[in-house]
Amino acid sequence: MGKWSRRAFIGAGVAAGGALVVGVAVRQGNPIDRLAPLLTNGDNEQLLNAWVKLDSDNIVTAVIPHVEMGQGVYTALAQMLADEMDAEWSKVRILEAPADKQYVSDSIGRDFLFPDLEVPALLEPTVTGGILELAQAMGLQFTGGSYSVRATGQRAMRTAGAAAREMLVEAAASEWQVPASEITTADSMLIHAKSGKSEPFAKFARAAAEQSLPAKPTLKSPENYKIMGQPKKRHDIPEKVDGSAIFGIDADVPGMKYAAVKAPPVIGATVVSMDATTAKTMPGVLQILNMGDFVAVVADGYWQAQQALGTITAQYDKTEADSLDDDAIFARYASYLDEAGEDGGDLETEEGDVATGFADAATKVEAEYKVPFLAHATMEPMNCTAWVRDGKCDVWSGHQAPVNARQAAADAAGLDFDDVTYHNAYLGGGFGRRSTSDYITMATRIAKATGYPVKMIWSREEDTAQDHYRPSATSRFRGGLDKEGKLVSWDNIHTHLFDPKDAPTVPYYNIASHKIRKVDVPMHLRFGPWRSVDHSQHGFFIESFVDELAQAAGKDGYAFRRELLAESPRHLKVLDTAAKMSGWGSALPEKHGRGIAFVPSFGSLVAQVAEVDMSGPRPKVTKVYVAADPGFVVNPDGFTAQMESGIVYGLTAALYGDITVKDGAVQQSNFHDYPVLRINEMPEVKVELINGDHERLGGGGEPGLPPIAPAVTNAIFAATGTRIRELPLSKHSFA
Amino acid sequence: MIKLNVNGQAREVDADPATPILWVVRENLRMPGTKFGCGIAQCGACTVHLDGKPIRSCSTPLSAAEGKSITTIEGIAAEDGTLHKVQQAWIEAQVPQCGYCQSGQIMSATALLEKNPRPTDAEIDAAMAGNICRCGMYGRIRKAIRAAADIEQPAKVEA
Repeated sequence: MGKWSRRAFIGAGVAAGGALVVGVAVRQGNPIDRLAPLLTNGDNEQLLNAWVKLDSDNIVTAVIPHVEMGQGVYTALAQMLADEMDAEWSKVRILEAPADKQYVSDSIGRDFLFPDLEVPALLEPTVTGGILELAQAMGLQFTGGSYSVRATGQRAMRTAGAAAREMLVEAAASEWQVPASEITTADSMLIHAKSGKSEPFAKFARAAAEQSLPAKPTLKSPENYKIMGQPKKRHDIPEKVDGSAIFGIDADVPGMKYAAVKAPPVIGATVVSMDATTAKTMPGVLQILNMGDFVAVVADGYWQAQQALGTITAQYDKTEADSLDDDAIFARYASYLDEAGEDGGDLETEEGDVATGFADAATKVEAEYKVPFLAHATMEPMNCTAWVRDGKCDVWSGHQAPVNARQAAADAAGLDFDDVTYHNAYLGGGFGRRSTSDYITMATRIAKATGYPVKMIWSREEDTAQDHYRPSATSRFRGGLDKEGKLVSWDNIHTHLFDPKDAPTVPYYNIASHKIRKVDVPMHLRFGPWRSVDHSQHGFFIESFVDELAQAAGKDGYAFRRELLAESPRHLKVLDTAAKMSGWGSALPEKHGRGIAFVPSFGSLVAQVAEVDMSGPRPKVTKVYVAADPGFVVNPDGFTAQMESGIVYGLTAALYGDITVKDGAVQQSNFHDYPVLRINEMPEVKVELINGDHERLGGGGEPGLPPIAPAVTNAIFAATGTRIRELPLSKHSFA
Repeated sequence: MIKLNVNGQAREVDADPATPILWVVRENLRMPGTKFGCGIAQCGACTVHLDGKPIRSCSTPLSAAEGKSITTIEGIAAEDGTLHKVQQAWIEAQVPQCGYCQSGQIMSATALLEKNPRPTDAEIDAAMAGNICRCGMYGRIRKAIRAAADIEQPAKVEA
């Protein structure tokens, strides 16, 4: 037993399940008693700490407190742990942490809640403890915000691996009666070269528990990394090529039935009445439920449930949103912005005197940009299987915040958190959509009503029309250039619909004066984080306006950005790399154009150059060059894949993404009217990675997205002289 | 009872002949590798082979498979478990991210190479344009298909 004071983590060795289980907790209190049975299978497994398990076969299991939705988090975090532990990579296994509040990531909670918090070392334990409580209250066992590697990996997994290694070394030193400093570790072996002794880690797992806990384990410096920085193959891929990977929708519970659901088209309306006369008579139909906020049909098979649901007619009550359409929504934005005028709204950031800067400017530029609502359109529609019986509840699904999902099920079932078991599976796409729990709540309510296990699956139509959307927005800019064409004044006001806000509130460019304001606008739709969150809008706004300013200054977009980044060498290197990759400045065929954009987000710096071919009726993006600096790249192939993925997600939105509202209801329903990028439209993507600061890591899942839309629209301007100020591109005619 | 052959085995299914093959495979036969994505043949996640040809199982009724052979993602590896060359190429090129669309992608790719062992890039795009991947792994899909067709070897990713 002992205390591990670093960041208020307290560790303890504990026996559980009749076997000696070794533990080092990385959380306040002593969670090992409770966690050990969740992680271990029998007597011959040793729990080294809440993040790593060592069994008698010398297999090291990394316990990953994040969910896998394709971002490669299982593998990247395991690489970080295994490297610090000196584990043999081929003998590393991966286990997703149970949905337990002890796995709530305080480091995530802290970064999420107070991203720039700096506290004196003396106060650190108190502050971290307070944040941990807050994070737990919010249920932050969360995968999102591109946080896993830079927060959990950097702070928890590496520390846990290093601590485990040091304890094993101490145990071997004690047994072998040699100084710990003479013992080396490699490939899950402890080695004492002088005496020729060499034993596997597992031999000392038990003894390691009795060692004093390292106060501050020593982490490797980059020149000693063996596994970090390597393009290790992802652990989850083999089962994703043979059909054996289990997603939430694949839950198989004996005796389960299937539910199809339909909610009122206008979000927020309720089902006043329904006619289910035909549905009742249809084969396989077991129950038809008016849940108030939606209708559910439960049947022996999902198709039967869907068929029956399709025959039901329902009446909904009137809401204030019933008359709302897109024109009215953007008119509302305009009126709120007009009302805010030159000084209203909420001030987000201000430096220098923008008004004077603008008044004195030699050249003044003004522009307004708009982006639409967007759906997530994960490939796996929302779904959840639930079984409520005998004061207990089991829930199967894929969710980005399993603790939240468990709490949502408990609330819906009217049970305590401890009476709910949540089984998380692979997520068939997350992108922020699976961070909200509406579908967990719905399935649990249905299961509570039936008493037997029910798998609820949303149709694609429900998934599209009942999403938690990326907000639409209008953003207005005024910029001033001096006589030399230098940007001296930046004034921006934009609409804002959804918190928490995670947007670039300060331009990352060096501008003498700037002022940024927002106006909150009420809206009936539900919103949620959408890959890269506010950066998806503001990256387009900012990088479009910078390009307009460059043009007004008579300068090349790349050269203009270089001037603004002159004092930021790390930023400049990223920008220069992308420009160089693209052959910036070299000749292109007629009606082809090149556009550049640079957006730092989630701690990573990303610049992109897009090439477009405007010779046809629609823009064709042919090439995208990407330079990215996330500090240090843990898995280069995985990070590259995230860049490619972010580009496709962002390019889809730029070309097509458009959720529109008529009479208060979302008009899109499926991939025919909410089209997404397909393989025949896929540009060639080239990625270069830069390790610019190994102590401050950035994320990978989201930062690849924000630059693509402005890179493309800036390229369209270069090719055609047409400035795109409103997305998607499908709204514009280029004939 | 409707008789059909699934992955080389004779099966009898007691279901409405109008039921889409997707739900028969997933629910009646308890083979969940084939995925539901859109229900209207727009996304390709449900792709299986019917007598060797790729079909969208969400929009093809069970009656169309009566007396015929269906192959799903669970049925393309060799009997000894050796993965199909397309599956191997998929791992080598590290194609899947979330993985949800990949059964359909692989079934479309295997059908393409069966019919056209050395497709051009344009033929790859044409054959695969019906399969959506929201993680956007299209570049890797192209690479993996070219590798499986021995047109190009992808860059090695470490084990």
